[in-house]
Amino acid sequence: MGPTSNIMRHVYGWLLLTPAAILLIGFTHYPTVATVYESLFSKGSAIRPSRFIGAGNYESMMEDPIFWKVLSNNLWFAIGTIPTSVALAIGMALLVNRALPGRSLLRLAYFTPTILPMIAVANIWLFFYSPDIGLIDRLLGLFGLPGHNWLGDPDTVLPAIIVMTIWKEAGFFMIFYLAALQHLPPELKEAARLEGASRWYYFRRVVFPLLMPTTLFVLINAVLNSFKLVDHLFVLTKGGPDNASNLLLYYIYETAFSYFDTNYAATLTAVLLAILAVLALAQFFLLDKRIHYR
Amino acid sequence: MSGIRIDGLVKQWGDMRAVDEVSFSVGEGTLTVLLGPSGCGKSTILRLIAGLESADGGRVRIGGDDVTRLDPARRRVSMVFQSYALFPHLDVRENILFGLKVRRVDASEREARLVEAAKMVGLESLLHRKPAQLSGGQRQRVALARTIVSKQPVCLMDEPLSNLDAKLRAEMRDEIHRLQRELNLTMLYVTHDQIEAMSMADQVVLLRDGRIEQIGEPAWLYEHPQSEFAAQFLGTPPMNVLPLSSIDATVAGADGAAKLGVRPEKLRLADTGLPVEVAAVDYMGAETVLRLVHRGRALMARVEGRTHVAPGDTLHVAWDPADVHLFDERGRRVRDRKA
Repeated sequence: MGPTSNIMRHVYGWLLLTPAAILLIGFTHYPTVATVYESLFSKGSAIRPSRFIGAGNYESMMEDPIFWKVLSNNLWFAIGTIPTSVALAIGMALLVNRALPGRSLLRLAYFTPTILPMIAVANIWLFFYSPDIGLIDRLLGLFGLPGHNWLGDPDTVLPAIIVMTIWKEAGFFMIFYLAALQHLPPELKEAARLEGASRWYYFRRVVFPLLMPTTLFVLINAVLNSFKLVDHLFVLTKGGPDNASNLLLYYIYETAFSYFDTNYAATLTAVLLAILAVLALAQFFLLDKRIHYR
Repeated sequence: MSGIRIDGLVKQWGDMRAVDEVSFSVGEGTLTVLLGPSGCGKSTILRLIAGLESADGGRVRIGGDDVTRLDPARRRVSMVFQSYALFPHLDVRENILFGLKVRRVDASEREARLVEAAKMVGLESLLHRKPAQLSGGQRQRVALARTIVSKQPVCLMDEPLSNLDAKLRAEMRDEIHRLQRELNLTMLYVTHDQIEAMSMADQVVLLRDGRIEQIGEPAWLYEHPQSEFAAQFLGTPPMNVLPLSSIDATVAGADGAAKLGVRPEKLRLADTGLPVEVAAVDYMGAETVLRLVHRGRALMARVEGRTHVAPGDTLHVAWDPADVHLFDERGRRVRDRKA
C-alpha cells in the first residue's frame, strides 16, 4: 500500500466522521464548554460590563435559598416519582404479559399517557386538580367532602405534580419491562412450577434478577427525566406557590429568561450537568456489578 | 410404586386433536421412549404427565394415584427440558439447589445431595460457574443433577440431547441411561431420534398424528413393524416398500397384500432377481449404501465395506422370503406369510 492511498484512507475516514462530529461539537460539546466558561463571569449590564469573577457565581449560588429549595424539591420529586413508577411499570408489564382477554387494548391504555405531550398531560391534570370545578373535587363532593386547592397549597402542590408524573411515566417504562419479559424463556417458569415455586418466589428469585438490565436502563432514564421534565410546570404552577413546586431546570429557565441573568443560569446549568453525570456514573458502576447480562 | 399409567388421554388445540385417546403404561424403574416425527404429540403427552398442560380427557396415574388434576409440584416427577431451563443468573450450585430451596429441604441435607449429584455427573469443579460459561454437555449435566437431587421417582425428559453435537450426544445418551438404571428411575423420554430410542428404551411408543402407531420393545418394532409408517420410521436408511404391482408378481402372494417391504441390509446383489439401475453410491467406511432405481421407484441397499459397483451400472437384487414384510393398501401389516 503506497503512502498516498494510506493518506486517502485517513481522509476518507475523517470525511465519514465529519457530519456526526459537526453535530456533536456544535450542539453538545461547544455549548457545554461555553456554559462552564460563561458561569465564571458576572452579569453584565449597560453601565457595568460583564467581568471575570472566577467562582463568584458558585459562591453566591451556595447562599441562594431558592437554589437549595429547588434542589430539595428535585430530590423529593425524584424520590416520589422513581420507585413508584418503576414498581407500577413492572406490575403492569407482568399483568399484560399474561394471556388475558383484551390484552392489547390494555397494553395500549397503559401506554397512552406516554404518547401524549407533557403539555397536554398537564392540561388534563389541570382539569383534575382545579379547585371546586375539577374532577377530584367533584368526586370528593359526591361523598360530601370539602374541596381543596391542590395546586395552590404549598403542602400539596409537589405531591400533586408527583402523582401526575408517575401517571405519565409508568406506561413508558412498562414497555421496556414488557419487552424484557417476553424474552424470558417459558421453560424457566415451568421448571420452577414443577418444583412448586410460588409466583412470588419465582418473581423474586428469577424474574426480577433477570430484569435487572432493564431496571438499570429504566432507572437512569427515570433519574434523568426527574431533572429534565419541567414542561408541566409552565402549565400548572410556574414553580409556585412560593417555589413550592419549583424544580432546578425550571429555575434555570426563570433565571435566564425572566431575570435575564444568563451567567447565573450558566452556573446552575453547570451544576445540573455535574449532578446528572455523577448520578448516571454512580448507577452504572454500583448496579452494573450486580446485574446479570445475557 | 412409581409406575406411570395413562388411559385414553386427550388434548385438544382448537379443532386439532394433538393427543387422541392415548393409553400405555411405564413399568417402575424402566425407560420408555416416546418416539415420533415432530408434531406427533409426544411432547404434549409428556407435558400432560408433568401437569404443565391440562388434559381434555383421560387419566394419568403415577404410582397408582390419579394425578390428572394434581398440581405439577405434587406429582413426584422431575423434568429435563430440551433447552435445559437453567436459570442464567444463578451459578451451577444454585441452579441445582433451586428446587430443594423451594421445597425447604434443610441445609445439611441439601449440601449432601448436591455433593452426591455433582459427583455423579462430574460437575464438582464447575459449581461456581454461570450457565453461560458452560459447554452444551455441561449444561445438560446441570439439568441432570437437578433431577438427581430432587429424588423424585419419575423423570420426564423432553428431547434432552437435541441441542448437542453427535459425539456428545452419544456420550450423554450413555450417561442418562446409566443414571436411569443406577437410580432405578421410572423414565419417560421423548425424542424424534430413532437411535436414542433403539439404544436406550425398554419400551418404545411410536406415535403418529396424536395416536399410538405401535408399542413394544425396540427389537419388536424393528423386526415386526405393524405398519408401513413404523417400517419406514425405524432404520436408516428406511425400509424399501414397493407396490407389488411394480415388481414381479410371483414374488409374493398373501391375501390382501398390496405392498412389499425389505430392509436395505436384507437386499443382496445377485445374478438374478429384481433388475435395478445404480443411481448413486454412498460410501460410509464400514458400509456402503447403494441408491437404486427400479422402474422409476427408489430403493436402497446396504452392503458391507466397499463395493465395485458404480453409478450407471445395472444389476439385480434379491432377498430371502423370510425377510419380507407385507402391507395392505392402507399400509397395515398383513399377517406374516408362512415361508
